Amino acid sequence: MATFKDSLRTQTADSQGPANPHLLSIRNVAKSFGRNQVLRNVSLDVAEGEFLTILGESGSGKTTLLRIIAGFETANSGELWMGSERLDGQPPYRRRVNTVFQHYALFPHLTVEQNVAYGLRVAKRPEAETRQRVAEALAMVKMTAQASAKPSRISGGQQQRVALARALVNRPRLLLLDEPLSALDANLRRQMQVELKSLQREVGTAFVFVTHDQEEAMVMSDRIALLRSGELEQVATPREIYSRPATSYVAQFIGHTNLLKGEVQAGTVRCGAISWRTELPDGPALFSLRPEHIRPVQGASSPGAVRVRGHLLHQAFQGSTELIRVAADGGMVLTMRVASGSSLADHLEIEFSAADAVAVRESPERI
Amino acid sequence: MFSRAYKTIVTAPPLVWVTIFLIVPYALMFCYSFWSVSSGQTIVHSWNLQNYHELLRKPVYWETLLRSIWIAARVTLFSLALGYPLAYFLSFYAGRRKDLLYQLVIIPLWVSYLVRAYAWKTILGSDGVLNTFLQYVHLTSHPLEFLLYSPFAVVLTLTHIYTPFTILPIYAALEHIPRNLVEASTDLGATPTQTFWKVILPLSIPGVVAGATFAFVLSLGDFLAPLLLGGPSGIMISNVVVSLFGAAYNWPLGAAISLGMLVIVVNLLFLSEKLEKRWSFS
Repeated sequence: MATFKDSLRTQTADSQGPANPHLLSIRNVAKSFGRNQVLRNVSLDVAEGEFLTILGESGSGKTTLLRIIAGFETANSGELWMGSERLDGQPPYRRRVNTVFQHYALFPHLTVEQNVAYGLRVAKRPEAETRQRVAEALAMVKMTAQASAKPSRISGGQQQRVALARALVNRPRLLLLDEPLSALDANLRRQMQVELKSLQREVGTAFVFVTHDQEEAMVMSDRIALLRSGELEQVATPREIYSRPATSYVAQFIGHTNLLKGEVQAGTVRCGAISWRTELPDGPALFSLRPEHIRPVQGASSPGAVRVRGHLLHQAFQGSTELIRVAADGGMVLTMRVASGSSLADHLEIEFSAADAVAVRESPERI
Repeated sequence: MFSRAYKTIVTAPPLVWVTIFLIVPYALMFCYSFWSVSSGQTIVHSWNLQNYHELLRKPVYWETLLRSIWIAARVTLFSLALGYPLAYFLSFYAGRRKDLLYQLVIIPLWVSYLVRAYAWKTILGSDGVLNTFLQYVHLTSHPLEFLLYSPFAVVLTLTHIYTPFTILPIYAALEHIPRNLVEASTDLGATPTQTFWKVILPLSIPGVVAGATFAFVLSLGDFLAPLLLGGPSGIMISNVVVSLFGAAYNWPLGAAISLGMLVIVVNLLFLSEKLEKRWSFS
């Protein structure tokens, strides 16, 4: 039985790995602007070389969390550790953290090359070394040809690459990316997702990537930290967060799901007209059931399957699959995913395995 | 879209205005500068370059012009030195008091120029506020004479009067700098000082150029401050022009000097615009 606690356990298991101490530890960070509580008690660890995505809706506090790591905001309470070094209290220019800003924030009065060289020049690195590292960084993001152009002369995607080179050339221990792809159009965005991910593998720097796009988070991340109203709902790998959502909010935010509200009594869940065996204690329970785990009954029933009769309500074509809404007997409406072109009767019987109904916690109301 | 008649009616008044009060006077001045004055104090309408010759020959004219440029240059420098930090503070650190402080910068502009110039007279005079105070605390035994009726008094007064003219464009330029550029700079390891020199100052140059142009051009042509506070050693070129058009009754020579000034100022404005364009990136 996967629960929220399980996901926490995975985390603590990670933190005890001897060869892999945490690069960054965020401990009980809280932040409010006036009366508006933006972050409450957020704790999160980032491992060396990891691609971690902070996912959340607008207003969830994800950008504030990133700005606290960068040093642009100060947390009201909590601590920030990078290895054995306390990070909060250090000004941004002393942190070995670099940021790729949402709108790139390239210096308009400097050329592409001067932008990339900026960090090395203010650190007063030898000029020969600076030139070489800048040339390498520009080559890495394929911007060598535009080295002497001003930022206003290059496209959005190119500015994005320059911003990336400008940050990575300093060899930060941690790179922060604040919705860096949100200003790009859909095609370029998909292309950059792939490029960014492979670049991250190549350089091996830990990335903390902020986005509101769950699909983007799934494609790119090693782990996703889902933030809601200033609190972490779940921190887990994309697969785990999808297949074992900890809360009803996570289940609904990531992909489609059916939320089933039931009552457990003596090892049996009752949920409208359906019921199945469970090991959960007595009391109310909530389950997430992905549409792809429901299927129409064909011939003999598979053993251990939960079945229910119903009639077809609505059919939404989605390319290779279709989402079918079925009004099940007992008043429940279930969404099921079937291969496109499946022929379905108006009245049908559907089934799912009890193991695919994942118990989730009800997400508490937060304002 | 609009009829011809409509356009004519709308554009005619400003055109007439500009013609009567700008183009005609300039044309007249241009003509006068090539005429001369006879011994009988009448203007002779015969074309010659005599006035321009005299300008170059007599040191008093170009010395006064050089002094005026020197005074204006100092006023510009001091106005920038006072105005930039204030504008910078307003834009980056004033927080919620920003609007109030901005108004406080503007308010002095509502007070008559004359009042502000006279105020300095009462401060700097030998029985003035400053001298009385200095004697009271026994820093001097007798009034300091150089305070009033000197180039110093002129520079001080003009700096006071024209500093707001430098603050406003610099403030506007600083306000236009996206704050994420400042954050990007610190993020890349630049200290606040480095960020100022490498990002903030370069991006505020258009404002500095505009402010410097205001301060320089306005103080170069000023004649009230030197008249009231300059004394004989603080005379500026405009005072010469005034006297030539007045008591000296040599309109042609006055016109020639005015045209020379006009050429200088127009060139400056040209240069200023070029600089502003060179340093603007939006």
